[in-house]
Amino acid sequence: MDKCCNRCTHSAENPCRNYIKCRVNGPLCHEDEDCKKKRQQRISELENGKGGIRISIGMGSCGLAVGAREVYRSVEEEVKIRGLEATIVSVGCMGLCYAEPLVEIRKRGLPSAIYSKVAPEAVGEILDRYLSGDVSNAFALRERKGDAKGVLNVPLLEEVDFYKYQVKWVTRNCGIVNPESIEEYVAHGGYLGLSRALELSPSDVIEEVKKSGLRGRGGAGFPTWLKWDICRKAEGEPKYVICNADEGDPGAFMNRMLAEADPHRVLEGLIIAAYAIGASHGYIFVRAEKPLMADRLEKAVIEARRYGLLGENILDSHMNFDVEVVRSAGAFVCGEETAMLAAIEGRRAMPRQRPPYPATHGLFGKPTIINNVETLAHVATIMADGWEKFAKYGTERSKGTKVFCLTGCVMRTGAAEVPIGTTIRDLVFKIGGGVREGRKLKAVQIGGPSGGCLPESMMDLPIDYESLTAAGAIMGSGGLVVIDDGNCIVDVARFFTTFTMAESCGKCLPCRVGSKILYDTLTRIIEGNGVEEDLDTLENVGRFIAKTSLCALGQTAPNPVLSTLRYFRGEYEVHIKEKMCPAKICRKLVSYTIDKNICIGCGLCAKQCPSEAIVKDADGKYSIDSDKCIRCGQCFILCPRSAVVKG
Amino acid sequence: MSEKPEKERIDLVEKIIENIAERYNEPRKALILTLQKIQNSLGYLPRWSLELVSNHLKMPLSTIYGVATFYHQFNLKPPGRNIIQLCMGTACHIRGNSENYAFLLNLLNIDPGENTSKDGLFTVLKVRCLGCCSLAPVVKVNDDIYGKVDFSTIRRIISKYRLATRELHVVSRETR
Repeated sequence: MDKCCNRCTHSAENPCRNYIKCRVNGPLCHEDEDCKKKRQQRISELENGKGGIRISIGMGSCGLAVGAREVYRSVEEEVKIRGLEATIVSVGCMGLCYAEPLVEIRKRGLPSAIYSKVAPEAVGEILDRYLSGDVSNAFALRERKGDAKGVLNVPLLEEVDFYKYQVKWVTRNCGIVNPESIEEYVAHGGYLGLSRALELSPSDVIEEVKKSGLRGRGGAGFPTWLKWDICRKAEGEPKYVICNADEGDPGAFMNRMLAEADPHRVLEGLIIAAYAIGASHGYIFVRAEKPLMADRLEKAVIEARRYGLLGENILDSHMNFDVEVVRSAGAFVCGEETAMLAAIEGRRAMPRQRPPYPATHGLFGKPTIINNVETLAHVATIMADGWEKFAKYGTERSKGTKVFCLTGCVMRTGAAEVPIGTTIRDLVFKIGGGVREGRKLKAVQIGGPSGGCLPESMMDLPIDYESLTAAGAIMGSGGLVVIDDGNCIVDVARFFTTFTMAESCGKCLPCRVGSKILYDTLTRIIEGNGVEEDLDTLENVGRFIAKTSLCALGQTAPNPVLSTLRYFRGEYEVHIKEKMCPAKICRKLVSYTIDKNICIGCGLCAKQCPSEAIVKDADGKYSIDSDKCIRCGQCFILCPRSAVVKG
Repeated sequence: MSEKPEKERIDLVEKIIENIAERYNEPRKALILTLQKIQNSLGYLPRWSLELVSNHLKMPLSTIYGVATFYHQFNLKPPGRNIIQLCMGTACHIRGNSENYAFLLNLLNIDPGENTSKDGLFTVLKVRCLGCCSLAPVVKVNDDIYGKVDFSTIRRIISKYRLATRELHVVSRETR
């Protein structure tokens, strides 16, 4: 972030109040056409790249998993071979996970084009065709301009099904800005929200958040302003703010996506929160399994400090605030507020009784607020754009937009931001494209291990905090796992119970012992030893855990079991009465045979079979003696030709 | 009984503890960070390193042991050369990672109850969601993530790392 000339005096030590605004509309403290031109040129260079070409590669964790790093290398090589002057940047995930790796090319005079599922070998051809003015092989275009070949046939990004129904509010920068460049964030309107907040009084900032109707995006949906207000009025110094980036719900990665793709927005939200409650120190608590997110946030903190957006007298407002990124050592329960406090204090992460709430008695016994990544990103956007634009979306009681992650057996997986109140059906079918051909939608699991499974008949339910809770699920962090008829609902319920059993911190009995009873009972059913009373056991124990557990993790732990019992009782009964698994998933309830047309007689299965149930026949191929078979499923897993058939 | 460490390793751990102690007023609050740094450089947390932490921070060894065993990240036993993490999130489960896990244990000939192969090349761990759910099922080897994994990709991945580790071995022997 170069100065325009010597008249600009801003530095971290000697901050200027108008620094951020000046970067976008400046210079403000003096009139100079040259300086103005310099600023605008720089912004245009950031947008269009050096030499007028900018190539961005989606390198979030998901992109990397399908080879974005190789694509990046290939882009570098091809650009060098052609002697092009171009800016190559790695950007975060834009939510289109099903189409990764993604490459976007932008050149002055041509429409910016996005290419999907790019293989490293294809980069050269893509570049050549684009530069010669042919975009017909692109996945989508950002804008429709110029007379490039194919410009009218390729859809605009907002015409692509996955994008059409979305509202890009908090994810607006994802996949567009370079997450490691504070300058790009500022050029895209970043830190204007902070600038504006610092001109208001802290109570006016809280008022603005109150008007927006923002509720916590981490799960419980507590009004953000109220938490802040309680903490602001609480006695005790110093006060702390914590960004909860311990995203642990399986099936949810919106926080990872936001923090990897646009970390400064999260940081900006945290600084605003600190200003509102009067905190001088903050923490960002990041999950151990998501190291890239921690790296990006750490870099953002260093950059912000360098330009005086953290530290002493931030933007000459007399506000002092600094942030430390803390990496979790890995425990799901850390997502619970009081457990997270214990982890930051260096102890075993065990929740404690609430009240007192952290807003009055938090970190080191001082008033503390803990906000989720997405909530803070919303705060930054609300402060920049004003509450009216945010409150336009959503329902009466749940305002704004929410990012949902679509995964599981759905055609188009990824993260989509939609107004709260969108129906599950719209998310799964219009955006996600429904389930694979030949399959039927069975259930949608919402809200992670604390959530519930909703059947096909509930698909028209609007997704908001109240509707979901009434249906026995929760919004949670917003993970939607689509389950098709190839999956067994009892198995899914047991999967979640395994999860909560393993992640129970062990402090209180209902959760520690209760989850074990649920697990044992479900295992009995899955293995064909279930009795009819088992269903009552599940219900009674489940309700007991929900009523008597200490923390929210325990209280919601039986949700997957209770909700599947409520909507899929029939499937449980078939397992118990007929000793049958309709989806052929539960190993002990299926029989195995070998398809002799596929078997190559390698004998791998027979060698491995623990009960010597597999024998070689006269034709040199193998078969299974079903009386001896203990249904361990090893042969099914091992067979190199998939000749073992489940029946 | 604690194994006898070499002097350099003791020095290394003491340096880590002191560095952190300098940065924090209350080093006990940075216990987790201290353990993380030690594990980063040793690969695991041997008992003697926990004893050192206990002496320096004047905390009971039992408290430190309690913290070290609470969090998934910490290993008290030396891990294999390559760490394989299988995601056990919902999406990965319904897309078949439980079967992949069983397959992998079998492929590497790891006994029930153990997680490291006998040749010390691989440690297989289950982890709760790596956040790449849209590419389920996901397997992570060291720092590399692999998406949409099935039995044949697992076979390929394992032989790739086997080869790489063996080459490394040959090189280090030659330089000696």
